[in-house]
Amino acid sequence: MARKIGIYVCHCGSNIAGTIDVEEVARWAGATIDGVAVARDYKFMCSSLGQQMIEEDIRKKGLTGVVVAACSPHLHEKTFRRACEHAELNPYLCQMVNLREHCSWVCADKAAGTAKAKALVYAAAERVKQQVPLEPMEVQVNPATLVVGGGIAGLQATLELADAGYHVYLVEREPSIGGHMAQFDKTFPTLDCSACILTPKMSEAGQHANVTLLTYSELEEVSGSVGNFKVKVRKKARYVDETICTGCGICIEKCPRRVVDNGFEAGLGQRKAIYTPFPQAVPRIPVIDTAACIWFDRGKCRACEKLCPTNAIAFDQEDEIVELQVGNIVLATGWKLFDCHKLPQYGYGRLPNVYTNMEFERLCNAAGPTNGKIVLRDGKTEPKSVAVIHCVGSRDVRHNESCSAVCCMAALKFGHLVLEKTKAEVYSFYIDMRTYHKGYEEFFQRLLKEGMHFVRGKVAEVTDAARTPGEEGKLIVQVEDTLVGQQQRIAVDMVVLMGALEPQADAKELGLKCGISCSMQGWYTERHPKLDPVATMTDGVFVAGACQGPKDIPASVVQGAAAAARISGMIAKGHVMIEPIVASIQEDKCSGCKICNTMCPYNAIEFDEPAGVSRVISSMCKGCGTCVAACPAGAISGAHFNNAQIMAEIRGILWDAVPSGNGQAPGVPAAALNP
Amino acid sequence: MKYAYYPGCSLEVNSAAYDISVRAVAQLLSIELQEIDDWNCCGATEYFSQDELTACAVIARNLALVDDKVEQLIAPCAACFLNLKKTDKLMSDSAEMNGRVNTCLAAGGLSYRPGRVLVRHLLDVIHGDIGEAAVRDKVVRPLTGLRVAPYYGCQWVRPMSDVDNPEYPMKMDDLFTWLGAEVVDYPVKAHCCGGHMTQISEPQAFELIRRLLQSAVDARADMILCMCPMCQLNLDAYQGRVNGHFGAEFKLPIIFFTQLLGIAFGIAPEQLGFGKEIVAALPVIKAWLGRAAAAVA
Amino acid sequence: MSDPTFEPKIVGFCCNWCSYRAADLAGTARIKYAPNVRIIRLMCSGRVDPGFVLSALANGADGVLIAGCHPGECHYLSQNYKAMRRYHVLKHTLAALGLEPDRLRLVWASAAEGQQLAEAIDRLVEDIRKLGPLRWPANWEAEPCCQEAVESIAREHQEAMEVLP
Repeated sequence: MARKIGIYVCHCGSNIAGTIDVEEVARWAGATIDGVAVARDYKFMCSSLGQQMIEEDIRKKGLTGVVVAACSPHLHEKTFRRACEHAELNPYLCQMVNLREHCSWVCADKAAGTAKAKALVYAAAERVKQQVPLEPMEVQVNPATLVVGGGIAGLQATLELADAGYHVYLVEREPSIGGHMAQFDKTFPTLDCSACILTPKMSEAGQHANVTLLTYSELEEVSGSVGNFKVKVRKKARYVDETICTGCGICIEKCPRRVVDNGFEAGLGQRKAIYTPFPQAVPRIPVIDTAACIWFDRGKCRACEKLCPTNAIAFDQEDEIVELQVGNIVLATGWKLFDCHKLPQYGYGRLPNVYTNMEFERLCNAAGPTNGKIVLRDGKTEPKSVAVIHCVGSRDVRHNESCSAVCCMAALKFGHLVLEKTKAEVYSFYIDMRTYHKGYEEFFQRLLKEGMHFVRGKVAEVTDAARTPGEEGKLIVQVEDTLVGQQQRIAVDMVVLMGALEPQADAKELGLKCGISCSMQGWYTERHPKLDPVATMTDGVFVAGACQGPKDIPASVVQGAAAAARISGMIAKGHVMIEPIVASIQEDKCSGCKICNTMCPYNAIEFDEPAGVSRVISSMCKGCGTCVAACPAGAISGAHFNNAQIMAEIRGILWDAVPSGNGQAPGVPAAALNP
Repeated sequence: MKYAYYPGCSLEVNSAAYDISVRAVAQLLSIELQEIDDWNCCGATEYFSQDELTACAVIARNLALVDDKVEQLIAPCAACFLNLKKTDKLMSDSAEMNGRVNTCLAAGGLSYRPGRVLVRHLLDVIHGDIGEAAVRDKVVRPLTGLRVAPYYGCQWVRPMSDVDNPEYPMKMDDLFTWLGAEVVDYPVKAHCCGGHMTQISEPQAFELIRRLLQSAVDARADMILCMCPMCQLNLDAYQGRVNGHFGAEFKLPIIFFTQLLGIAFGIAPEQLGFGKEIVAALPVIKAWLGRAAAAVA
Repeated sequence: MSDPTFEPKIVGFCCNWCSYRAADLAGTARIKYAPNVRIIRLMCSGRVDPGFVLSALANGADGVLIAGCHPGECHYLSQNYKAMRRYHVLKHTLAALGLEPDRLRLVWASAAEGQQLAEAIDRLVEDIRKLGPLRWPANWEAEPCCQEAVESIAREHQEAMEVLP
């Protein structure tokens, strides 16, 4: 079939026309390139008139391919593909040339820019001659969703999807949902009781007909792709039969073994070997900590079993693997606290009355180990002065470069609680005061009025080495007050370290299971930091909450809701369209060497033993093309980025590189390489 | 294993106890020390405060004199250790410095390729290379019941922080825990002893020394262990002056860590340089030995 | 030996997700850099077939740039490692063919690194300018037997790769 290419060179106002002679490029293209039926230049190709121009030419001139030399395809590829589709030309017969971002905007010299533009246009023209029509693939979307993480972000996503009528599997690693928010005392800036606003959501999730709670469980394996994931979830053995347990709590009451609770109580309080993490736990089904349990340790006791009125204790229970099929996955796995031992100059772990922020939350919490009384480690002495140190492990090149977003507000909150509950003086040692959201700055002003003291300076050390009699028995905060330019030694009774929010230790591993990556710091990578913060580069996998980056509760709620909305939309539509940029194997060329199998990170290539050939599973192929390049027999071709197309692009791009300048490049004949 | 040995000027006379105890302990741990022939002063803090190139050249001379077949050098004095290490790094980081220093060395018929010699402190060699198992194995007299404050001083942790935690170093703490001692929590263990401030401004220096002594007393330490001759000198020789200045009554023995290490290894105190210190340490050791014997009886 | 007026022609293979976006960012930021690198968009640096590089050089390019996501940040998880391995083998091959290995360069550029990519391109262009033109097609033209040799090798390869029934 005779090729009839249409070439459209956009001025983009003066953005392109300013440094490229666009009329000349269009004229030259029509005169020089083989198979060009029409070559035009126009002020704004993306405008409706510009698009109409293309559509008319397609219809009237029977164009078989379209080249639009304009801005980056990341902006308007869809626009021009749609225009082609409108005129009944397959959208994959359209190619864009990046004349703006890659040419006019980066080149000062008009002659050089125009020459570069010509090469890029020639390349696209040659490429488009090799392009073939392709159809996007339609994939059905399973209406069930997997949400990993039962903190506030995960809960929000779960409830919104469940309320919309879609089923949600909520997987949570701890024995109860609730996340870190369940540990807090009050939330800023309203000073709402954290548990009071959280537990209604927890109950709802626990009772919702459309929610299956899988607590004390972990995500083991994920396969498949958007609309159609198969996941395996490991339900860890609780040693309690959840179908029979009524949550009466007698087992917990009677258990003789008490251990330090390093989880929920942040090491400040204790729990039994059989326990629920906190009274409002959902579900109320306890768990046996085998490391603490006397039976698992020494083969004695089993008091819980003897006293359980419904015989729900099951010492022989084993982990169970549950297989689920879902259409989409939301990762809402939250954060973990920075290990304050890493900054030994602050004395955490050595000096008894140095606390982390999470420990202090438990101290303030009325249901906590001291019933909400702010006292020192001896359990009874009220501090007369408290120091709150910001940025412990945050904004620190040795640990976490980022700011943890919530600590300044939390520090102010702590200050307020100290002033409210005790007669102590309270000091904030800050670098900057980051109080950026609605009501936050006002909260800071409130604390200024309430009499909290503020010292701008990064604390050098917290020590008990007294230099004067007045410092004996105290914790001394050594800091430079940068606003007055003086060293200060401030003696206090208690120090609270605002530890950084860090990614979970296994965030990267979990991300890889789902096919998404993390930033260098370990937070999940979103599709676009500004315009698409909940989607990821992997269709069907979303992120919500702090696992995407430190954030406060309202932001986490918003992201949970956003992810739910996206997924709801997909489910309502019933299907998604996948770009047909996939690899395919020509079986008669395949020698069965299996090199491609090892190349694919998505396991999208399977080997057919009896037939002795490899096959690509199109729905799982993401189109990277690595296998295409790797195949020694040239048996694999990559749709829309096949060898013929790229080779043609190379030839075109070097049209002016041949000394004879006749447009015919010698060299390795294309026939020798793979089609 | 063989190491080049750079004693440094202080170990010759002032801190002979350090040199004696280092050699005694090294022999027992099969650390072969080959003293660099014709080594020269590292300049303490003085050379670098005058001129960087001269300092590097004079210090690099020592590195250049290290036997070709020897790869590592031990400097027991923290200041010498830092100077040698810093010089090697400056030459390594800057091709220009390297060139200029080697031009200077060439005038004396010497040359040095940065990185050829790895500069170590004895503490690091014992902690890292010899290791816990081997050290515990050599203990003849566990230091049970002896409360020690390990004092690192500045140069071990500043400005180069790759050998130990710069905010709260632990290697000497670890070592003496292995020897069975009660290592006290000594919060000022990496604070400055005042260095040469004793010559420039006594009140400043005395206050710094007082803080170190007071903190050890507050922690009920029986003695302070040092790894730098300057620190030992300041804390020991000036203790009397500090007492006079503040009306205090400090009487805390200040010894080199290798001296106590030797006691734990069963070496006789006479062979470890005891008796050279100003605030007598032997009576405290003997009293402890007495208590230990009584406890066993 | 190097001619300061010589303008190298360099083909750049950029991956859609990181380096192509980095080039876009350089454009949006109006960073000016040498116009000698002509970019071809691929989905991933792992798609770069060694044949592309050889074809570019054979078609008159004086140098080739491959740009991808930083190791550990590949949009397709680990494909840039494969690109990296191929790149090293390719350099050896080029050297064996008598080409200066420096004509091929691999750079990593994340989508935020427009400035860095522009600088890397400027450096590459200067380095290739110093190396001088490759003039492979002219060399081919000068020795027609080379062209025949390549064609026969290509034919043999095709025959060898045929899977017999």
